[in-house]
Amino acid sequence: MTSYDKRFSGRKFDEMRKMEAKVGVIKRADGSALFRIGETIAIAAVYGPRELHPRFLQNPETGILRCNYDMASFSVPERKKPGPTRRQVEISLVTEKALLPVLDLKQFPNAVVDVFIEIIQANSGTRCAGISAAALALAHAGIPMKDLVASVSVGKVGNKILIDLDKEEEDVDDATDIPLAVTGRKKEITLLQLDGNVTKKDLVEAIKLARHGCEKINKIQQKALKEFYGSENGQ
Amino acid sequence: MDNNYVLSLIQQNKRLDDRKFDEYREIKIETGISKNAEGSARCKIGDTEVVVGIKMAVGEPYTDSPDEGTIIVTTELSPIASPLFELGPPGSQATELARIVDRGIRESKALDFKKLCIKKGEKIWMIFIDIYPLNDDGNLIDASVLAALAALKHARFPKLEDDKILYGEFTSKKVELEKLPITFTFGKINDKILVDLDSHEETVIDARLSISVHEGNIHAMQKGGDKAMSLEEIEKMVDIAIKKEKELRSLIK
Repeated sequence: MTSYDKRFSGRKFDEMRKMEAKVGVIKRADGSALFRIGETIAIAAVYGPRELHPRFLQNPETGILRCNYDMASFSVPERKKPGPTRRQVEISLVTEKALLPVLDLKQFPNAVVDVFIEIIQANSGTRCAGISAAALALAHAGIPMKDLVASVSVGKVGNKILIDLDKEEEDVDDATDIPLAVTGRKKEITLLQLDGNVTKKDLVEAIKLARHGCEKINKIQQKALKEFYGSENGQ
Repeated sequence: MDNNYVLSLIQQNKRLDDRKFDEYREIKIETGISKNAEGSARCKIGDTEVVVGIKMAVGEPYTDSPDEGTIIVTTELSPIASPLFELGPPGSQATELARIVDRGIRESKALDFKKLCIKKGEKIWMIFIDIYPLNDDGNLIDASVLAALAALKHARFPKLEDDKILYGEFTSKKVELEKLPITFTFGKINDKILVDLDSHEETVIDARLSISVHEGNIHAMQKGGDKAMSLEEIEKMVDIAIKKEKELRSLIK
């Protein structure tokens, strides 16, 4: 595809799908959140800080963060075999790295903060939705954070730089997908992956677009936290 | 080695081995290092050493790409290469390394997967790219990519008879590489940006970015490390990668 003039979904090129954020969705967890963008739904739960086993993994200087990203078998049209895949192992790792820069776990030596992300419905942007949900869940769990993290994918379809690709767009020949995560205040980048073909100019434009989108996600995250604590105080 | 010493040197714009921040250690690439493999190569960057072997098999295509072959990249981080590696199934570091190599090749279309089709909907070539680091003195990613490309470039197809491979017998048909996408891995340490970090430098890294480029186009990226990066820093890294790609590509003969 050389020119992509109108998005399949009718969205504007800088328009994200409809979003929803909610905290406290898993009562048993120390913190939890749901983040939905279009048809993609991610749920994140935080357990900890708690004692880390096996013991040799413990760090006496700081607590550590451990993330696990999983796609439910039924979340995609063709059933995904349950259990970890190489893709999931990699996404778990980059998710950890996307969240770590804003966390301060120094006061929890030898401990672990576990984050579990489950994608229960998938239509592109699952790792980004997972990160946006996880950041919220960490805040909800009261883990010391310097900032929030929001995440969205940007990319290039045909000749257009656009935000929040859906499955149909991702499947276009030669589409480029760039998942990014951005910190709330300093707009620093904590996740950056790219698959496809872009120039430096495209990349810079895409990152700026993602920073703009992440600002909006950030507001939705903050609203979700306020709503939760507002209702709790009212009880 | 004391981490503070490494850090203080870098703060003074110096490195342990006197290299410039954008300078690679000596890179040596050798092919044909293992004769039972369809293709093989060794890449050394300074003391870092990676060997890659190409094996081929006949398989069935995926239903969504009936006329395309595929590549399968795996990495073994064997304890032979570092005191930090342990026996056992591939962990996240090995998986990430393999996937960065895979995506650099796949996304740049260095291989035309259609040329790996034997019979549409039934039989395709599967090209296994198996990466074995033998010595980890930093920058395994770039060394693995260079070794993988060199091994692919020298790989030849095995003989095929009645859809069965006669292993050990080779044809003169080579794997056609349409492009040679080079991957550059940068380290950010405080406000400094370095290429080709050695194992001491890697231990004090704040953030890492791998960029696969071909003739000025960016085909794959992967950020690592525990800290964030600014847009300006990313731009600087892209510029260095694009400036240096020819130099590294010329080493793959």
